[in-house]
Amino acid sequence: MPKITRRAFAASSAAAAAFAALGSRPALAQAYPARPVTVIVPWGAGGGTDATARIVAALLEKDLGQPFNVINRTGGSGVVGHSAIASATPDGYTIGMLTVEISMMHWQGLTELAPKSYTPLALMNEDPPGIQVGSASPYKTVKELADAIKAAPVGKFKASGTGQGGIWHLALVGWMQAMGLPANQVAWVPSNGAAPAMQDLAAGGLDLTTCSVPEARAIIEAGKARSLAIMAPARNPAFPNVPTLKEAMAIDYSTGAWRGIAGPKGLPADVATRLTASLKKVYDSPEFKDFMGNRGFGTVWGDAAQFAAFMDKGDAQMGVAMKAAGLSKA
Amino acid sequence: MLNTLMDAFALISTWEVVIALLAASVYGLVIGSLPGLSATMATALLVPVTFYLSPIAAIATIVAASTMAIFAGDIPGALLRIPGTPASAAYADEAYAMTRKGEAELALGAGVWFSAVGGIAGTLSLMILAPPLAEVALSFSTFEYFWLAFLGLMCATLVARSSPVKAIAAMFIGLLVACVGIENPGGVPRFTFGLTDLFGGIEPIPALVGVFAVAQVMRAMLTPEPPPIPRRKFGSILAGQWNLTKKYNVQMTRGNIIGIIIGVLPGAGADMAAWVSYAMSKRFSKEPEKFGTGHVEGLVEAGASNNASIASGWVPSLLFGIPGDTIAAIAIGVLYMKGLNPGPTLFTEKASSMYAIYLMFIIANLLMIPLGIVMIRLASHVLRAPRSSIMPVIMLCCAVGSFAIGNNMFGVVTVATFGIIGYVMEENGYPVAAMVLGIVMGTMVEQAFVTSLIKSDGSILPFFERPISAILAAMAMGAVIWPVLLWLWQRLKRKSPAPKPAG
Repeated sequence: MPKITRRAFAASSAAAAAFAALGSRPALAQAYPARPVTVIVPWGAGGGTDATARIVAALLEKDLGQPFNVINRTGGSGVVGHSAIASATPDGYTIGMLTVEISMMHWQGLTELAPKSYTPLALMNEDPPGIQVGSASPYKTVKELADAIKAAPVGKFKASGTGQGGIWHLALVGWMQAMGLPANQVAWVPSNGAAPAMQDLAAGGLDLTTCSVPEARAIIEAGKARSLAIMAPARNPAFPNVPTLKEAMAIDYSTGAWRGIAGPKGLPADVATRLTASLKKVYDSPEFKDFMGNRGFGTVWGDAAQFAAFMDKGDAQMGVAMKAAGLSKA
Repeated sequence: MLNTLMDAFALISTWEVVIALLAASVYGLVIGSLPGLSATMATALLVPVTFYLSPIAAIATIVAASTMAIFAGDIPGALLRIPGTPASAAYADEAYAMTRKGEAELALGAGVWFSAVGGIAGTLSLMILAPPLAEVALSFSTFEYFWLAFLGLMCATLVARSSPVKAIAAMFIGLLVACVGIENPGGVPRFTFGLTDLFGGIEPIPALVGVFAVAQVMRAMLTPEPPPIPRRKFGSILAGQWNLTKKYNVQMTRGNIIGIIIGVLPGAGADMAAWVSYAMSKRFSKEPEKFGTGHVEGLVEAGASNNASIASGWVPSLLFGIPGDTIAAIAIGVLYMKGLNPGPTLFTEKASSMYAIYLMFIIANLLMIPLGIVMIRLASHVLRAPRSSIMPVIMLCCAVGSFAIGNNMFGVVTVATFGIIGYVMEENGYPVAAMVLGIVMGTMVEQAFVTSLIKSDGSILPFFERPISAILAAMAMGAVIWPVLLWLWQRLKRKSPAPKPAG
């Protein structure tokens, strides 16, 4: 009995080896994908980026008929995972989810990686920042708040939403600059993410937060905070009463935290086309729309070329804001 | 009310939920009891599974796995002096001392029994007191958090068996480790030596695994096998727990209350609850000299406390979407994904789902008693296995677990490094638990202090002006000054009668 088991095992492992050899033939020789694909996520399991990547991977798997395995490569504030995507073999069997940090970290001199280190495939999500005040705040509109900020001495107003040099900090800096004010007109109080900042806003420790509206939603619905405006080109359908900055103050400034799928630089054109086409199907699927809607995440589509242009524009915008805030080493 | 309760029962009495609850319980027990695999990781790994479950079943898996894993962390802590989770680190020495005395079943029984009691107390607070507790949580600003974290650090001297000076030194090493990385208020890389991996700083879990598990393996390699614990039948696990409950009901209640309060505060979770409660227990005990020698009193209080904090940690998560700890942060993601968006509307519009969550907490805590006993019985074989076969397995668990945290070799290197640091510290009488406390609390102390100063334009007055802050400040100051006064008083007392016989 044990002999047979061992022989069966040997046979099956030989078959597995042969199968693996078959799979590792040049990707171009046969229809892509011929074997499982790894999807690298630079952030931890259980977070928003992880959840988005997992739903995209599950739907890609359904469309392309091969497993898409999500691997969380955390560490180094996102640098580790982003490098793993950039340095993978460009054969289409390792792709990953890029986040807005890729257009920020290189300005701070933390990494050489920039949007140009990748083959962009598709932009899937963008969440614009809102401007929130506590429920006890005297400011009812963003105009009133902005006037008070202009009249106050530098650093009188305190804002938070993320760490020093994080995306919501730069959103605040960009807004201040759009109003012709110095970058430090409102002092930035670094926090470990949006949730503690919203809590401190409710506790009366801050004047405003500039995190995204979905991140602030639970506190707003609890009646502890108000959203005065969003820094986006259009209103959020989930919050139809919150105006855009353009509507409220005639300031055409918008930014946001985004997530997109990309591969390492030099991905074969046919593989990239195939993936982008499949990602478009994923984006249009009701499963994806429902999932993102439930989490309160915004959906934005950009194909490979649009995503590349989008990242270049965002990268330049971040560079200006980071230089103004004195965060840039470049 | 009764109708919603009936609806809630209907929601959880489906096969899917029952199977999910049972499977996740066993999974949580196994992951929690393996050194190096934490409760947070057990929960995070469940997230992809929840994609395919109904909303209630998805929440059931998270609730059951996290509850079980926090208790199961006590098992390797008691049997091998390797705490499974940071929440068990505060009293691992004590529980291990009990095992050496041949009281392993009492130590582990207290773990399972008082964990269940604490968990149920925490759930009741969630059911009855959620809105007022949430108000308390929301009145805490960074000024209050600073004092809270400061008080947490003070526990280092209280829980350590060694000299207070060495405990404080070990805590400062922990604070230094907490400085590493870019996730500090300034957003500036510190002590990263140009290494990308160090940007994220040193996580408490790999450090904990290193100083406890790897250092323990190293010690085992260098010391002769200790005299075997007498071979005897592992006694009843629950016998005696009722007597303990009666004897230590004050401690148990205090542990429950402290756990509930600390759990409600975002950012301060089960780890801090266990430390503070263990320290309180020693401070107010009638027989503090017995602490550290295998005395069950501290286990009762801290065990009740850390499980109470798990349930109350859901209060700010459910009402405001603000996570009480890392496990709750993951749970919030799942809630959103399943359309149970946190917020006050969850308590009104989706009341039956809310009650279903409460019920699952209670069931999970009740289920913990029988499943926990089975797990303890299985695990107790570890005591009889030869050390040469246990230690390599522990090493393997440490390596696999630390790799799995980030799918990154850096975690493994961190664990190995802290193994050496932990070994050297222990050999020289520096308590490693105090260092772990420094790592856990360091980020919070710094973040709260710096952001408070930014908000107050550099003035330290608000640290004492705000009412809750003033109370916490007085407690912290008292904790610093009290031992000094006590020491002075004893010196004076000893001095004043001294001249009499001389004169």
